[in-house]
Amino acid sequence: MNITGKAHVYLVDNIDTDRIIPGKYTKTLDISSLAEHVLEDLDPDFSTTVRNGDLLVAGSNFGCGSSREQAPIALKAAGVSAVVAKSFARIFFRNAINIGLLVIEAPEHQIQNGASLSIDLENGLVESDGQTWAATKMPQVMMDILNAGGLVNLLKKDGGYNK
Amino acid sequence: MSQTISERIISKHANQAVSAGDIAIVDVDAVMATDATAPFAIKAFKEMGGEKVWNKEKVFLVIDHASPAPNERVANLHKLMRNFAKEQGIKLYDVGAGICHQLMVENAHVRPGDLFLGADSHTPTYGSLGSFAVGVGSTDLAGVLLTGKTWLKVPKSILINIEGEIPAGVSAKDIILFLVEKMGAEGAVYEAIELSGSAVESMTLASRMVLSNMVAEMGAKAGLVNTKGLKLDYPFEHQLVDPNANYREIFTYDISNIRPQIAQPHAPDNVLPIDKIIGKKVDAAFIGSCTNSRLEDLHIAAEILRGRKVAVRLLIAPASKAIFDTALQDGTIQTLTEAGATFITSGCGPCVGTHLGVPGDDEVVISSTNRNFQGRMGNPRAGVFLASPAVVAAAAVAGEIIDPEKL
Ligand code: SF4
Repeated sequence: MNITGKAHVYLVDNIDTDRIIPGKYTKTLDISSLAEHVLEDLDPDFSTTVRNGDLLVAGSNFGCGSSREQAPIALKAAGVSAVVAKSFARIFFRNAINIGLLVIEAPEHQIQNGASLSIDLENGLVESDGQTWAATKMPQVMMDILNAGGLVNLLKKDGGYNK
Repeated sequence: MSQTISERIISKHANQAVSAGDIAIVDVDAVMATDATAPFAIKAFKEMGGEKVWNKEKVFLVIDHASPAPNERVANLHKLMRNFAKEQGIKLYDVGAGICHQLMVENAHVRPGDLFLGADSHTPTYGSLGSFAVGVGSTDLAGVLLTGKTWLKVPKSILINIEGEIPAGVSAKDIILFLVEKMGAEGAVYEAIELSGSAVESMTLASRMVLSNMVAEMGAKAGLVNTKGLKLDYPFEHQLVDPNANYREIFTYDISNIRPQIAQPHAPDNVLPIDKIIGKKVDAAFIGSCTNSRLEDLHIAAEILRGRKVAVRLLIAPASKAIFDTALQDGTIQTLTEAGATFITSGCGPCVGTHLGVPGDDEVVISSTNRNFQGRMGNPRAGVFLASPAVVAAAAVAGEIIDPEKL
């Protein structure tokens, strides 16, 4: 799986789920209303400047805090195709894969804001401005879920976990 | 071979011996979801083609995050949950019953040695009674509703020994704030924490719950408390720390001389001893949440507030109706209301900022909850300080942060 797009870089650590989508907006099943408020306490302009297919780039422990799946859903609904961070909080990472949002851990990255960014998932590489950084490879279970387009599709198809 | 508590419990549920780093498909004992996560889980379950949940005795739904419903949107999500519970024949705790984590423990829906999944990030709270309990999102939960199984990566474990005698005026909350500061918000990401030591052995279940509740603030996946010294009103198999197991690291802290601790805005690991923040003015106080609103917390607050009056607004949300009822019978509620406290529905209340008690711009709140991220209580321009129920009650009386012993 390969993805290329423009990078929106917020080199901040510990961007928590309240900053990805404040709790007050999460009580809904309406996905487009989540997209409108995504990251608004961090950057009020994000939801209007992000374009379909762009990538979000952050520091370490991205997505810490609550278990709200609305956080990755809001990012995906806003058009974000993948998130690259130095590290992720565990629940956010699982949630993102489960709903089919690509997340990649690249501990050493120095991606610049606005640059074009490419991800090579199979080989665990992240590339931008002629520089390449190693990314953590994903376990097979997670690749299966991503390849199916999320956990819903995987379980719908197979009715259970393959082993 | 020596195993950590997590490795032991996961091995049992995977029907094979596993160790840290392995990926395992496990049988899940029970699951829980709240009004913040159940609606998406129900939607995902249906999209997966789900008709009947795998075991209706093992699924629990709780309406606590925005309860009672503050608007029609939330009311309809609650209705969706009620309908699903009825159609599936599963247990739903409705408005006012209490906070999900309190209800799971209080009603023994989770027991020592269980592998429990909750669609809420403070699910590790049940590690207080030796359960491997982890938080997941809605879609993961839907997967369990369908199959009774999930996959997980066996975490590495960190052992923290908490030694010494707990000083007067210091509670489990102060100890865990002290540890969150030491470990940091990323101190245990993807890892499990085991808590042991002489200070823990003497603790009540309620106090142990405070410890495991806030391991989430170190990024931990689970927080298992050594069950040595634990008392429950049903027979159980102890889950004991084995110091020879393969720990990533072992820390030992002597807490005999620590002071009450306070986390300043906007991060739970931004902690100082109370003496460095004495005199900070507060506009409101809250005693509530799955961290600190159990009976022993209300008793401590009542002791401080007896015969006094609050100087700023003080909201109290007991962790469950059962706790409220007991506190009503033993006179605690009367003491607190006479001092000027306002009681609100047992549930999450102001903790999560979706309704009830949202602070104004530039207001300062002192709260017994577990998180003070920017915007957490519903207003990004307010500041939240986290402290023990004793410190919150004293600040409500003084209108500023004060050592409860000096009130
Ligand atoms: S009381 Fe607060 S921390 Fe606990 S479950 Fe409710 S919202 Fe979450």
